[in-house]
Order: sequence, then structure tokens, then C-alpha cells
Amino acid sequence: MKNTTSILMAIGIAVAMITLSGASVAASETAATVPVKAPEFTPPNEADIPNNEFGKIVRQGKNIFDDTQNYAKQYVGNGMNCVNCHLASGRKANSAPLWGAYVRYPAYRAKNSKVNTYEQRIQGCFKYSMNGTAPAADSPEMIALVTYSYWMSSGAPVGAKLKGAGYPALPKPGITPDAGRGKTVYTESCQVCHGANGEGKKADGKSVFPPLWGSESFNWGAGMHRIDTAAAFIKANMPLAKGGTLNDQEAWDVATFIMSHERPQDPRFKNNVAQTKKEYHDENCKYGEKVNGKVLGDKH
Amino acid sequence: MKRILLAALTCIPMYAQAADAAKTLAAQGNKQGTTACQACHGEDGGGTAAAGFPRLAGLDSGYIQQQLMNFRSGKRSHDVMQPIAKALSKKEVTLIAAYYAALPVPAFAPEGGEAALLSKGEAIATVGDWDHEIPACFQCHGPGGRGMGASFPAITGQSAMYISSQIEAMKSGSRTNDPVGLMKSVADKLSAGQVEAVSAFLANQQSTNGNQQ
Repeated sequence: MKNTTSILMAIGIAVAMITLSGASVAASETAATVPVKAPEFTPPNEADIPNNEFGKIVRQGKNIFDDTQNYAKQYVGNGMNCVNCHLASGRKANSAPLWGAYVRYPAYRAKNSKVNTYEQRIQGCFKYSMNGTAPAADSPEMIALVTYSYWMSSGAPVGAKLKGAGYPALPKPGITPDAGRGKTVYTESCQVCHGANGEGKKADGKSVFPPLWGSESFNWGAGMHRIDTAAAFIKANMPLAKGGTLNDQEAWDVATFIMSHERPQDPRFKNNVAQTKKEYHDENCKYGEKVNGKVLGDKH
Repeated sequence: MKRILLAALTCIPMYAQAADAAKTLAAQGNKQGTTACQACHGEDGGGTAAAGFPRLAGLDSGYIQQQLMNFRSGKRSHDVMQPIAKALSKKEVTLIAAYYAALPVPAFAPEGGEAALLSKGEAIATVGDWDHEIPACFQCHGPGGRGMGASFPAITGQSAMYISSQIEAMKSGSRTNDPVGLMKSVADKLSAGQVEAVSAFLANQQSTNGNQQ
């Protein structure tokens, strides 16, 4: 009896911890905690990148950021570029701009339960969003990306949660988000660019519209696979240059539809989908759930 | 094997016939009121820059079809093109679209312009003006503005007059056939100076559809 009680207690604590960590991941990824009177910041103009050695590395970083497929291809395992989730070369407010993130690191991240440097944060992007391998902290690619971020944050208050950092958190709508309704939104508003099967579109072998699901998209460990994060990004930024035109319900519905498709495995995969789901996934994602008769994340 | 050969043999003359019919249509029009396409769009399909008549050669066939159908329905209004499109049969629409799509993009005389204007236009085409929620043209119209399928037409190798007239048509609502209202939202945000600059830049660029000799 005593044993059973302690096991039950242990389970209770574990569940509470997972819930807690899930909640804080959501907060850090979607900038839910940005106060109303957050300081504003405008990044410097691209034309003001200095013409010296520093400026040369800044430009290298920008090239990697805009065309990761080409300039950092050895670290990329899918069809994505950094700029797909961080619009306008990482400058755009409410699109997880680099200047919003750079001044907030080092930071504790519940995703790996430790204080992360900015380099470690970028390594996470490569591992999950780019479904690839992380460049070493002292690799030329990492140095260029950090230098680009540093330049873009010139004059920003260190440690501040700036207005426009992250994606503006979008509260769950009144009606439970639904993939079926989301499909209609997708067909009407997204498909023209991202394709009927979420495959995106290329020209001359170069990605023009990014793939949203399937083998060329981000994996099950990327922040964007979370429905709350995707809904926040979509509401603020999609369709391109028409941010804010979908209502909250449509943004959640279409995010639910997009994230109800298969994508590359979570690199943290442990033994089986059920255990991986339990350790790393919460109610804001479809990993390990049965959709159209198949368990997402399972080998088919 | 016999069947395949037979199919191949019957296909070739059919294809040739279609191409001939399209060529006649382009050169002479039909007897239902469609005038010769090339009278305005040029013998090589390169358009007439000075009059703002667009290049058709090398545009996506799905895009051309869609435009002709939209002229018929009024989603795209134009005094000259609407009656011409209405006088085409659906089959002729398909034929003529395929014909122009297969033509090589003709050599294009870059229109030139002041360096400051062109570089302002280049920035809009390649970077955008995100402070005003304006994406780069090439983000949707593809690398080099050479077009992305039926939904996003080629915008380089077109005259400044044609480009600016279309942006104005989107603004005014006389052209409403852009998917998801994407171009309308961009057109509304472009200032008069930006329209002038980006049209000048695009008209100063060569384009290709891969069919060049």
C-alpha cells in the first residue's frame, strides 16, 4: 500500500512537471510574457552594415540566414531556410526577429532544462527546424549567424523583452480547433503557395515557398510543430504580407490541420512513440495521436 | 507496342494541327471577332512596350488561360481585351495559351532609367519594404521574377508601362483575379514613387523561360 502511494505520488509529480515544463516552453516560444509596455526597438538598416571585416561577417550571416540551403547546406536536412519562420531576413517584428531573441540570451530553457547560450539556441534550430546537424559553436557558419544577430541588435537594451519579440501569443479560441475546418482555410488561403500536399514550391531547385509538412519540412521536435506556436505565427504573418486577416479561430484551425500531418521524426526519439510523446510532447501537438488511422510519428 | 506506336503516330499530327491552329489564331484572329493577337502583342509575342501591351511569349500557359477566362468573366476588365476574349472558344483559349507559353522569351531591350530609381526598385523587388508590410516581389514571383506557375506571373521582361498599369488596376479594383487577394494587398501599400521605381527596375531586367536558343 505504502509502495502504491509513493508510486502514485511519483507519477503525480512527473505529470505536474511535464505540464509545468510544457507551459514554460509555450511562454518562451511565443513570448506570452511580453508586458504591455515593452520597450520598442528598430533594427539598423541593411545599408548601414559597415564596409569592414565586421560587416563582411555580418553579410555572411545574412546570406546563411536567407539561403541556408546554399550557405550552410552541410547542416541542413530538409527544404527550409531560417528566413521561412523569421521573415524579412530575421528583422520583422512578431515574426521571432533576431533582435528580440539575441538580447534575451543566455536564458534558461525548459526544452532542455538548462541555461542556453545564444549559440546553443541556434543549434536547436538546426537540429529541429532544419532537421539537420548543429554547427559547432566556433564554426564559421555559427560565428556569422551570431555576428549578424549582434549587428541587428545594435543599441537594443540587453535583457529586455522587446515589443515584437517572438510571435504574439494567440489564446485558444472558444470552439475547439478542428483540422477539418482548418483544411478549408488551408485550401482557400495557403495552398496557392504551399501546395495541395504542404510540399511548398521550388524554382530552379531553390525553395520559394517552404514545405509545411512531409519529409522536407521541420521535424517533430521543432517549436513550430506546436499548434499554439504555429497559430501565433500564422495569425501575425500569414498569408504573406496579409498578417492579421485570418481570425483567431481560423488561425488555430489551420494550424491544427497543418500539424496533423506526418513530418520527420523527433531527434529526441526514445524507444517508441508513446514514450517520446510522454516525455517531450503535450496537448498542443498531434505527435503520437491517431490521424486517419495512422499514429503520427510512428514508422509507416 | 503496336498500340503505343499508333498512339505516338496519331499524336504527332494532332499536336502539329493544334500548333498550326494557334499560329493562325495569333496571326489572323478568328472569324468570331477575335483580332490577331500579334497585332498588339508582337510577331514574336514580345509585346509592344511603348503602348503597354504585355509580352505573352514564355508566360505560363495556365496563367494565360486564366487571364483570358477572367477577361470573359470581368474579373479582369479591359476595353480591348474583354471583347476579344469573349470571341474565343474555350478550346481556342487552351490552344493559344499553350502556343504562347512554348515560345521563347524574345530578347528584350532593357528600358534603362536613373541609377537611383533603379536601385530603389531593385530593393523592392529583392528585399521588399517590410516596414510597410511589403514583401519582395521575387518572394512570390520567383527567382529573377521569372514567375511561379499559373498563380504568380513573370514580371521581368515586361514593360514599365504594363507593370505599373497592372499595379494601378489592382489598386482601383479593375483587376481582381489575384489569388487570395495577395497582390491587391501589396498594390494598396505601394506608394506612387515605389510603383514607378519597381516598374522601372523590372522593365530593365531580361527574363527567360528556358526556351531560348
